[in-house]
Amino acid sequence: MPTLAHYLIVSGLLFAIGLGGVLLRRNILIIFMGLELMLNAANLSLVAFSRFNLLADGMPNYNGQVLVFFIITVAAAEVAVGLAIIVALFRAKQTTHVEDLNTLKF
Amino acid sequence: MQLALFSIFSLLMLAFALGVILLRNPVSCAMSLVMSFVALAAIFVTLDAYFISVVQVLVYAGAVMVLFLFIIMLLDLREEKRRRVRLSAWVGGGIIVGGFLSALTQVISALPALNVVKPAVSQPMANDVALVGFALFRNFNLPFQIIGVLLLVATVGVVLLSKKELK
Repeated sequence: MPTLAHYLIVSGLLFAIGLGGVLLRRNILIIFMGLELMLNAANLSLVAFSRFNLLADGMPNYNGQVLVFFIITVAAAEVAVGLAIIVALFRAKQTTHVEDLNTLKF
Repeated sequence: MQLALFSIFSLLMLAFALGVILLRNPVSCAMSLVMSFVALAAIFVTLDAYFISVVQVLVYAGAVMVLFLFIIMLLDLREEKRRRVRLSAWVGGGIIVGGFLSALTQVISALPALNVVKPAVSQPMANDVALVGFALFRNFNLPFQIIGVLLLVATVGVVLLSKKELK
């Protein structure tokens, strides 16, 4: 049987992969996908904690799963707004490469 | 059996997640991301979270990724040209990710309380959706209403952002 530590390690690895994608990739769409991976890693650890922390009546603690539901909703809204911003950016600059977007650079 | 399923789907999920950040073609990245989400939904099933698992497939692997692919097609992104690899970025990124992973393994190995096997539930989990619904509409009714307002604000914002010129 997998233990809680297994789930947390897998979640941490997924978070690290997403963080690596955000830090190392230069395409703004792929950076956005890395953000989605990090959100999913957080969801995995929340569901794992919810299932391993039984309440007094012997059922899982559903507060964690409700929080995951909210995270999925907010992530969907975030993707819609973020992609709209990327499309507006592409219209103005004709690029999705972050190194070509240096107007704010000091 | 549970451990075997968990290991298979974890390895699938991590492999496709690596594909997201290693492949060069944006469409391949999006497809690996879909597979990674589906494998994560299977891991949710091993945690008896059937409702969350279905929502994961419907919302993430369905709606969100369709939006991603739609934008990739709209912007007509081609395979990335190979640019000069910046050594400083790779070293810095490697140090941050490695530091995070080593801190995480230290914390997990220092806490023996995390080494517990999944406890058995008192009732069969067949009515998982009803239990999530009770939690959502009783204890979390106000946040649920607020999230509806958030979705409305996001919709209006996207429509405004997508206009050609603002008047």
